[in-house]
Amino acid sequence: MNILFFAALREQLGCAQCDIALPLPASLATVRAALIQHFPQQADLFVQGRALAAINQTLINDENTVINSGDEVAFFPPVTGG
Amino acid sequence: MSTGNASNSQHYIAVQQADFDVAHEYAELRKDNRSDGAVVFFTGLVREMNQGAQVSGLTLEHYPGMTEKALQQIVADACSRWPVNRVRLIHRVGTLAISDQIVFVGVSSSHREAAFDACYYIMDYLKNRAPFWKKEVTSQGERWVEALDKDKQALGKWQ
Repeated sequence: MNILFFAALREQLGCAQCDIALPLPASLATVRAALIQHFPQQADLFVQGRALAAINQTLINDENTVINSGDEVAFFPPVTGG
Repeated sequence: MSTGNASNSQHYIAVQQADFDVAHEYAELRKDNRSDGAVVFFTGLVREMNQGAQVSGLTLEHYPGMTEKALQQIVADACSRWPVNRVRLIHRVGTLAISDQIVFVGVSSSHREAAFDACYYIMDYLKNRAPFWKKEVTSQGERWVEALDKDKQALGKWQ
């Protein structure tokens, strides 16, 4: 599955997106754990609260939310607009 | 890069690099508007001191697509909470200098209480839910602005 990154997280990882091998459907918690495995040196960046997640461009708070094939998934730091 | 659109004929939401003209936005809130007795608006500006450092400018990044969706949802939530007639919401992205305008939120309503509250609510939720990120240029180099607990706590007053 493809995952998008924004802002400080994108810079710290050195990529705007990545592909991880993961059978879907999977929970947001599973995807977060897979990212930590994929980026072991930057595992702390994905801790809940430090990296927010959006599925299909909607902010998701429930880590049990299910991600299906074709969903747009993004991780990014807490927002600082306004 | 402008992605302006009207999600509802009464509302205008735009994410754009270009500056905005407060007089124009205010005029749009008043134009052919016989029912509203109140207009409240807020503008956010780039200031030179932030989180203990001298700032010379900033870059605003966003998540195209999600940003517009999040702003539309915040405006819809405000309109379901208060008897608001028109909302105009503009947020800039890209490179900005000190004292540049960042954001405009304008709300019209028949009475002032709803206009004040809806404008305040939209800004509080925008600060927490809309995917924008500021990167500042400071005397010590570039840095991403840290999200503040006080902005998160501000949502408490609407619960």
